[in-house]
Amino acid sequence: MDTVVTEPNAAALAETNAMIVARDVNVFYGDKQALFGVNLDIPENQVTALIGPSGCGKSTFLRCLNRMNDVIDVCRVEGTIKIEGQDVYDPALDVVQLRARVGMVFQKPNPFPKSIYDNIAYGPRIHGIVTSKAELDEIVHSSLEKSGLLKEVEDRLDEPGTGLSGGQQQRLCIARAIAVSPDVILMDEPCSALDPIATARIEELIENLREKYTIVIVTHSMQQAARVSQRTAFFHLGNLVEVDDTEQMFTNPRDERTQGYITGRYG
Amino acid sequence: MPVKPQAGDHIVKSYDEELEHLNNDIIKMGGLTEAQIARSIESVVRRDPDLATRVIADDELVDELNYKIDIQTTRLLALRQPMALDLRHIVAALKISADLERIADYAANISKRAITLSSAAPVPPVHSIPRMSRMAQQMVKDVLDAFIARDVDKAIAVWHSDETLDNMYTSLFREALTYMIEDPRSISMCTHLLFIAKNIERIGDHVTNIAETIYFLVHGDRMREARPKGGEVEHLSLSFPSVREGDAKE
Amino acid sequence: MVTDEDRARNVRKRYASERRFKGYGLLAIALALGALAWLVISIVSTGYTAFVQTRVQLEIHFDPQVIDPSGTRDIAVLRKADYAALYRNSIRGQFTEVTGRRDKRALSRLVSSGADLELRAMVLSNPEIIGTRAKVWLTASDEVDQFHKGAFSRKSPEAERQFKDKHIAWYDKLVENGQVEAQFNDTLFTAGTSREPELAGIWGAIVGSFWTMMVTLLLSFPIGVSTAVYLQEFAPKNRWTDIIEVNINNLAAVPSIVYGLLGLAVFLNFFGLPRSAPLVGGMVLALMTLPTIIIATRAALSAVPPSIREAALGVGASKQQMVLHHVLPLALPGIMTGTIIGMAQALGETAPLLMIGMVAFIVDIPGGPMSASTVLPVQIFLWSDLPERAFVERTSAAILVLLGFLVVMNFIAVLLRKRFERRW
Repeated sequence: MDTVVTEPNAAALAETNAMIVARDVNVFYGDKQALFGVNLDIPENQVTALIGPSGCGKSTFLRCLNRMNDVIDVCRVEGTIKIEGQDVYDPALDVVQLRARVGMVFQKPNPFPKSIYDNIAYGPRIHGIVTSKAELDEIVHSSLEKSGLLKEVEDRLDEPGTGLSGGQQQRLCIARAIAVSPDVILMDEPCSALDPIATARIEELIENLREKYTIVIVTHSMQQAARVSQRTAFFHLGNLVEVDDTEQMFTNPRDERTQGYITGRYG
Repeated sequence: MPVKPQAGDHIVKSYDEELEHLNNDIIKMGGLTEAQIARSIESVVRRDPDLATRVIADDELVDELNYKIDIQTTRLLALRQPMALDLRHIVAALKISADLERIADYAANISKRAITLSSAAPVPPVHSIPRMSRMAQQMVKDVLDAFIARDVDKAIAVWHSDETLDNMYTSLFREALTYMIEDPRSISMCTHLLFIAKNIERIGDHVTNIAETIYFLVHGDRMREARPKGGEVEHLSLSFPSVREGDAKE
Repeated sequence: MVTDEDRARNVRKRYASERRFKGYGLLAIALALGALAWLVISIVSTGYTAFVQTRVQLEIHFDPQVIDPSGTRDIAVLRKADYAALYRNSIRGQFTEVTGRRDKRALSRLVSSGADLELRAMVLSNPEIIGTRAKVWLTASDEVDQFHKGAFSRKSPEAERQFKDKHIAWYDKLVENGQVEAQFNDTLFTAGTSREPELAGIWGAIVGSFWTMMVTLLLSFPIGVSTAVYLQEFAPKNRWTDIIEVNINNLAAVPSIVYGLLGLAVFLNFFGLPRSAPLVGGMVLALMTLPTIIIATRAALSAVPPSIREAALGVGASKQQMVLHHVLPLALPGIMTGTIIGMAQALGETAPLLMIGMVAFIVDIPGGPMSASTVLPVQIFLWSDLPERAFVERTSAAILVLLGFLVVMNFIAVLLRKRFERRW
């Protein structure tokens, strides 16, 4: 199956100054191959959406970016993924540092069973970013503010994070991710467990965040991808079928399979 | 790389049914419009004011269908969140419906003039009218076939044939002018004829709109070619010989 | 065709089946509770009397001539004095009609042979009482004690008992004078074991059990938890770890006496550690408890949802930080429950400890993990073998104390689990 890339010609594949550059990425779970030769550029300070039917490999690809696939023993990743020019799978690279630079928000909100304050403070503490309590307070406050949660919780930072509503918990998780000042934020279907209002809040938050962060979001909802992203990549059966400006993809996609998926002709 | 048009096959079958229903309404509207054109020209040629009156009344049916299609497309946009091809299809239906409604209006206008024409003696240039109108009718039929089949090539062919229609209009214009100069008593009737011919020419323009919409539907892109501007009626000016007293009397 | 009648019949059958099912459940519960009640009632009924000890009150003249003839108040002298003479004199003085050496000896034996130690303890703690007279409650002999508690009747044939009618007559006299009373048996809880039932206590066994449990806990908990954490979180999933896992599960099913044999062969014979010491007992029990703790810890660790782990890793925690900061604290209630249950099981173990020789007759209270000692279940086992009637009630009493400990430990386990259980 051919992949379709937006670059006018293949030669341009080699040279690009996008934030994240993936070249010829193949991923195997044991003997089963999950991704076939994925080439994808993620531009800086934009929201890139990964869409596709279940089992198409979009989540697998997302988890390669911060090496969360490492926790799965049978998972093997080939190819290069470079973030700001640095190979993510370089043996000399410290995974912990990588994950501080590339944050992740998960499908089901998963705050730590600690207080709201400690949830956000945990990351800066273990990375040794702060030297004083005042600095830590500052980081916690600004993270909560950036994720739009501060007003709702500022008088109860000692309460457990698990006591918040679903939407608030997810915003807490986002605040937790940005507390360590990442460059990239990965989101794996962040709104699928939330009601429409909470979803809208998160989408607004994503809109604001993209000024400072590069965001890659996996989503089942095409409408969400259409609303939230500037670039969209369509995966199917482990192949990257098409990647395009979002506008283009949803008004006039170039590949038949993309058309079939987004118009609901097949899943 | 143009996308191969796909028939039906949405996972949700009712979506397919609704789109088919929309198409059927467009076909119906197109059929009505074609009939309106044919009947209005017939009322001119046969000098039949009763037929003309019926044509004018039947314009309401076309308006009714137009409204119905408006409602349907709005509903589809709200409830189905169409994307890509489906979105372009629905937007196309909306625009085509508007164009068809205008075409039918022109047919009704022709009928109005037919009533006036029937009250006086016929004038020769009227013979060119049926030929022009048949072409316009055929264009309407072809372009709607192209819409249903999503046949871009057919649409482009129709688009080009508007040039011929315009040329026909230009020659009829000249003919009428010439006749009017020769026999000033015919000016009133010829003027009506000119308006009728103009209406048919406008019908052709609306058909090219529909053709361009079909192109956008299939390719998602604008047609790059310039609109055919056959004939330059707008630039036409005949020099009239000055009327001398002696000529008129003879 | 299914008729309405068929349907109605099916519904009735279904109801009947459900009723039967509930009935079986209730029956099972009733049987279990019944068995439990029978057990508890039978133990309590034989043992409750052991919590009181019959005492005889005698007027003792702390005769300085007997205790400290030279008047030096020298401790060595005070220690060696014949305190038995004091109470012999007292009781013989009371029953002047008793003559003949045999009878006189029998009379003195109404009082426990350990009464002299009781008097000595009084004098040593307060030498001022030398020369005075005082009414002292002394422990009665086990026969008096049992007779007083009604363990055997005066109507039973004399040939079948050791407590003869003449003894009974003396006893009646003392009772008339209000000199016989059943008081709280603190000896049971303060003394080590003894050949005389009235002097026997479980304190030695309790202290022995305590030291053994300490050693068991200090060995099995850290090793067990660390092993489980390693196997669950860090070990690569290959054939070796599978083999280890299978073996650990099997170890939990190994009969405990095998551990005793292991302890005998390795700890005692090979390493030459002291026999009968809580150290060795603790090591053996630690081996036995290790699989329980490992399995419980692994279960608690795997119950922590992967979303917490992913969240921690996502924020940039290393695997070690994830386990220590997030997984272990959440798994702690389960780990503690498993540990306490393991400890409770170890507390009741007898067979392996018999193998390593914690059967010795230890009178002194053990001073530490290296002193010879015994544990409570072994003590119960030993007492149950002794012929004296008085040991029957004491054995049951000891069983009650052991059961009490076990109930308390399990209760604490439940409390802890409820208290620390967190929703995530």
